[in-house]
Amino acid sequence: MSTPLHKVEGLGASHSGTGHFWRQRITAVALVPLGLWFTYAILGLIGTNEVAVLSFLARPWNALLMAAFAATMLYHMSLGLQVVVDDYIHSTGMKIFCLLLIRFMMIATTVTCIFALIRIAAST
Amino acid sequence: MADHPQRPGHERPLSPHLSIYRWQVTMLASITHRVTGIALAVGTLVLAWWLVSISNGPEGYESFMSVAATPVGLVIMFGFAWSLAFHMLNGIRHLAWDMGYGFNKVTATQTGSLVYVLSLLIAVGIFAFVWTGHAGYLQ
Repeated sequence: MSTPLHKVEGLGASHSGTGHFWRQRITAVALVPLGLWFTYAILGLIGTNEVAVLSFLARPWNALLMAAFAATMLYHMSLGLQVVVDDYIHSTGMKIFCLLLIRFMMIATTVTCIFALIRIAAST
Repeated sequence: MADHPQRPGHERPLSPHLSIYRWQVTMLASITHRVTGIALAVGTLVLAWWLVSISNGPEGYESFMSVAATPVGLVIMFGFAWSLAFHMLNGIRHLAWDMGYGFNKVTATQTGSLVYVLSLLIAVGIFAFVWTGHAGYLQ
């Protein structure tokens, strides 16, 4: 999914070519249907009880879609927050600290969501 | 090279920034896209909290709902609903630009205004949908 520019040796000032741009767009496109499904699911679960929410999320397709939505959104989030850091944080040390924090938060939150979904699936 | 710009203590001139530009819809939409993105980053933590609370059984779910249903919780939920609607609609606007559509000055301003109107209508519509008892269809 990368452009031929990816094959250029130096990869430009960002040292990563167009990889970041592409990943942000691919996750954005994926998040349109996933986000619509998420809205459908949340609206359908508002006002129900704990049993209904549990049994909805325990169904394989729903669990899979929720995991895909969470993981894709969190990856898209880390790409977006990275741009914010690139724009506003100018000292190298602080920049590396912020970028590490964003990635750790992204991975920790993704793992937490997926682990919770596995626990929900296993509980029914 | 007597006036090397990177000499310590030498202030480099800055190009004009935010303060000198007239506010425009396109500029405001760009800033709002970033702000709603950061808000939704916080929203991912709420999503994780919601999933963990459900996985903890009835007491855990009740603890989440008791916080989410407070007036402050509802205001925050409205903020997330509007942020998601705005970021998705404006994101589609960005994807159209990436494909070369809608770059015309008038078009970009019109679609920017449209994104504000539609995202607000969607957020208000979602809350109206819930308050009129239409939600909860996945019982």
